This record gives sequence, structure tokens and C-alpha cells, in this order.
Amino acid sequence: MRLFRSRAAIPYLLMAPGLLWLLLFFIVPNVQMLVFSLSEGTLRTGFTTPPDVWDVENYTGSISKFSGNFSNSIVYGGLATILCFLIGYPLAYAIAFKGGRWKNLLLFMVIAPFFTSFLIRTISWKIILGNDGPVLAVVRDFLHLVPANFSIIGSPLAVVGGLTYQFLPFMVLPLYVSIEKVDRRLIEAAQDLYAGPWRRGGMIAGAIFGAFALVALQVGLGYGAFIGEDAAPAAVAAAALVGAIGGGLVGAFLISQSFIRVTFPLSLPGVFAASILTFIPAIGDYVNPQLLGSPKTQMVGNVIQGRFLDQNDYPIAAALAFLLMAGILLAIFLYAKLLGTEELTGGTA
Amino acid sequence: MTAASPSVAAAGPTARRRAAAFTDRWLLKLFTVAAIGYLMVPILVMIVFSFNKPEGKFNFVWAQFSLDAWASPLNRPGLSDALWTSILVAIVGTFFATILGTLIALALVRYRFRGRNATNLFIFVPMATPEIVLGASLLTIFVSTATLEPFKSIIPSGIFYPLGLPTIIIAHIMFNISYVVVTVKARIQGFDRHLEEAAMDLGANEWTTFWKVTFPLIRPGIVAAALLAFSLSIDDFIVTNFTSGLVNTFPVWVWGTIRNNLPPQVHVIGTAIFLIAVGGVAIATWLQSRGGRTVAMRPR
Repeated sequence: MRLFRSRAAIPYLLMAPGLLWLLLFFIVPNVQMLVFSLSEGTLRTGFTTPPDVWDVENYTGSISKFSGNFSNSIVYGGLATILCFLIGYPLAYAIAFKGGRWKNLLLFMVIAPFFTSFLIRTISWKIILGNDGPVLAVVRDFLHLVPANFSIIGSPLAVVGGLTYQFLPFMVLPLYVSIEKVDRRLIEAAQDLYAGPWRRGGMIAGAIFGAFALVALQVGLGYGAFIGEDAAPAAVAAAALVGAIGGGLVGAFLISQSFIRVTFPLSLPGVFAASILTFIPAIGDYVNPQLLGSPKTQMVGNVIQGRFLDQNDYPIAAALAFLLMAGILLAIFLYAKLLGTEELTGGTA
Repeated sequence: MTAASPSVAAAGPTARRRAAAFTDRWLLKLFTVAAIGYLMVPILVMIVFSFNKPEGKFNFVWAQFSLDAWASPLNRPGLSDALWTSILVAIVGTFFATILGTLIALALVRYRFRGRNATNLFIFVPMATPEIVLGASLLTIFVSTATLEPFKSIIPSGIFYPLGLPTIIIAHIMFNISYVVVTVKARIQGFDRHLEEAAMDLGANEWTTFWKVTFPLIRPGIVAAALLAFSLSIDDFIVTNFTSGLVNTFPVWVWGTIRNNLPPQVHVIGTAIFLIAVGGVAIATWLQSRGGRTVAMRPR
């Protein structure tokens, strides 16, 4: 389209309707939310907005009042992201490097959960993890590993498990894209240059990482509360030991030098992109804590949705939502500064 | 995750070679099967529980096999309306989001212009924003049109507030645009521009070139984007919950009903949507693979 290209206005005209839509229904609402977050009043009494008031109290007050919900969000979202990575990286690697003719089918199965409603998937976990569900039937009634009054639903474990499931595809797809792009000839070159298994280094790195992951999981899930404070240090030590042994075995036997020196570093931008894309929806979720958790496991999303939709307390809710948004913009900004926008935005070609 | 290659095997002793071969052949495969199984389990549970006849009000515990719910899938107050609303919203939302998004994608891939990188990043931001923020911010703007200046005097009352079908559709178009842009963009990038030049050299004008050459080439991308938008739209809960007011879509109806009961009809409709979506993707893939053979795409 030579003629088109000579006219500089064409791309702007093409983009105008879509960008206008995003301006009106994405940018303007977020600005208005910022305005609301500094306002006072309720739906019934009407709102007093800046510049008449600048109610910073909405922020300072809600940060201290809902610090528990914020920390729940960050801890559960963080743990879910780590678990998604531990499951998602080998899966993405297997699909990218060993998928062969199954590649498309496997990718399809990774996104298949999106074809059912988010709510129904969460309801399925409520069935699976429920007090009369199959998991407890095996672990509690058959193996007697946990006491009779033990329940998974209502615990942080259920919430983190639900989040991990819901957002696993968000981790796998970007990882797949970036692993797939790794040039195989580099791996062959590494092997030709005597890159072999990564015994000692792999064992040490795997042990440290495994121990860290299991301890983080245990502390994050508040397992200590189940077994009493006295037993908690022992449980942490046991978790570290189990994690170290597991991670050490994996590191020593399964990870090769060519993987750690070539494949993994080349996929690193994808790892960060995938982690951001998993962590963001996970910390903002309120469905999993509502359906799988208890009042103690409510995340910041629950507070926002309750304040907005049940209590109509818009200023506080807007302040909380804006804090969430600001944190995320900061994360994207840092990522873009450090690693560029290529991986996040799907390439600029 | 040892990469199998003859050169590794040649470098190491037999035991290592065997371990590597074993790892390669089985461990990763086993893990993959387990991970995919994990992803499938809740879907299977949904399908299985659509055949349940629960004892109480909640379809949480298996009681006995029954086809009752399948025989009367809409037999719950409000469920039928909610489902039709969902379908209507998904169709209208997908239609507009696909058009708006495709135009942006065309501009981003085909033209070099000032602000292109900024636009790419800007398109990404709504995708990276948690749904709760998208929904909450829309709610604040819609409420503002009824309560706050300057919106109150600019916008006639009744359009955005009280919330309802129009606000749901506006929200769905908004969150789908970015997904359409990214999907279509990925497709157009493999596109051979010489084909257009050839058409023009042969005397076609721009309009004809677009409809006879460009559009057929990017159509698979547009179809894929529309399918994605439709599936995101019909299943969306969080944004819809903030923008629906008293109108129910299917997920919003489920959220409302689950406080008091959970009939197996929910699982029936979930299963039906799942099967239709999978069928749609299968047909689209088949059509694309058929189209792919006749269309000349330059290898990347």
C-alpha cells in the first residue's frame, strides 16, 4: 500500500477508535478512581471531591487497617507464583523442546481451563478439597495422615492451591514462548564444548532452592498454627530438610550444564514476564479466598469488592484499588526499564 | 531437564548416559502428563458433577447419577435470562472489540510512526491490570456520571447509571481490545507484504487489495482473536460483577446463587459452554489448517 504509507495520518486514524475507547473506559476511569480515593462521602450523601478535600486519610488509614489483607495478598500471590513457576517451567520446557507433534494439543490443554468459567473451576476445587471430597477421603480417612477434624477448605493452603491452579496458564504460555525461541544450536554448541550434567553445582543450588521453597510454603501457609507453636521450629527444620533433599536430587541428576548456562539464562526475560503476569491477577483475586478460604484468609480484593459493592464505601475502596494499581504499574515500569518491553507486549517487530 | 544429544552421551560414562536417557524419556514425560492432568481435573469434576443428583441444596458431594439436570438445564429462576445476557454480551462485545483491536494491530504492524512503542506498551497495560481494578474504576466513572460534575452535566442520565447491559458491554469491549490486538499482531507479523505490492502492480486499487489479498491473509488471526475475545467475555466474572448492577450474566448469577444453593444446572451449563468452546476452537483450527495450505505465507 504505497499510497497509504505516504500518508502519515493513516496509522493514527486506524488506531483512533480503539484508543479512544481505551482512553474513555480505561484511563478516564482510573483517573476518576484516583479522584474518588481522595474524596469523602457515600453514595447516599454525595461525594466531596478534590480540590475541596484531599482526604489522604483514605490511604494512611486503610493501609494500617487492612495490612493483614495486604500481606495475605502478597504472601498468597507470591507463593502461588512460585508454585506456578515450579510446575510451569518444566511443563513449558517439555512442550517447547519435547512436544513434537503433540505440541499444539498440549498447548491447547494448557488453555483448556479458560473454556470453563473461572467460578466453576473454583467450585470444582471446593468439591475436590471439601470435607467430603476425594482428597481428604484418601489423606484423612484412608491414610490417616491428618486428624479427623482437619479440613483444607478455609485454610491458606486451599486459597494458594486455588490461585496456583487458576493462574498456571498465565505462567506457562509466556514461558513457552520464550523457551521456544531459544536457539537449539547454542545448546548443541555447549554440549560439543563438553557441557555435561551439573552434579555438584546442581546439588547445592537445588538444595538451597528446594529448602527455601518448602520453608516459604510452610511459613506462608501458616502451618505452624495447625500443629502448635512449640512444634513449629521442628516443622520448619523438617521442611528445609525435605526441600533440600528433593531439590538436591533434582539439581544433581536432572539439570545439565547446558540448561543452566544456556537455556535458562536465555529464557530469563520470559521468566520475569510470566511471573509478573501470574502475580498480578493473583494478588487482585477475591473469588478464591471467598469460596475456598475463611474470614482469616481474605485478600485485599475481598475488601475492595465488599467496600464497593456491599457497603458503597467508595473512597476507601478506591484508595485500596489504586494502591494495587500503583504497585502493579511500578512493577511493570521496573521490568520495562530493566529488560525492555519486548517480552511483555509480545514483541514490537 | 538434561538435553539428550549424542554428544553428551559420548562425553559421559554409561551410567550417566543411562540416567540422562531415562530422565529424558520418562521423567519429563511423566511430569508433563501429571501437570496436564492437574489442569484437567477441575474440568472433569465439573462434567462429572453435572450428572449428580445432590442430596442437599449444594452440588458439592457426590450422591447419585442422574440426568435430571441435563433434562432441564435452565430450570432455575433467572438462569435462562442470565445465560442469554451472557451470550448477547459476548457476541456484541466480541464484534466491536475485534474490529477496534484489529485496526490497532494493523496500524502497529504495518506502519512506522511516532508513538508506536508507547502504543504497544499502552495496549499491554489493561491486560496487566488486575480485573478488580478494571471493574472498580469503571464503576467509579459510571457512578460519577450520575453524581459528580463535570460528568453529570455532559452525559445524559440513564446511559451509564443505573448499571446494566450497556455498561457490561462497554466493559467487555474495553478489556478485550488488548487481547485482540496482541493476537492479531502475532498473526500479521508473518505476513508477506510483497503479495500486496504484487496485487497493486497488477492494477488493483487499495480497497480491492485490502479485501482480496490482505484480509484473507490475516483472517485466521482475526478469527483466533474473536474466539479468544468471545471465550474471555462469556466467562468473565470480576469485571462484570462491578459493572452489571441488577442485570445478571451467567457467572454473576452463579456468584449470587452460591450463597444459598448450588444446583447441578450450573455444572450442566458450564459443561455445555466448555464443549461448545472446545468444538469452536477445533473447527477454527481445522479451517485454518485447510486455509494455511492454500495461502502463501513467507516463512519467518
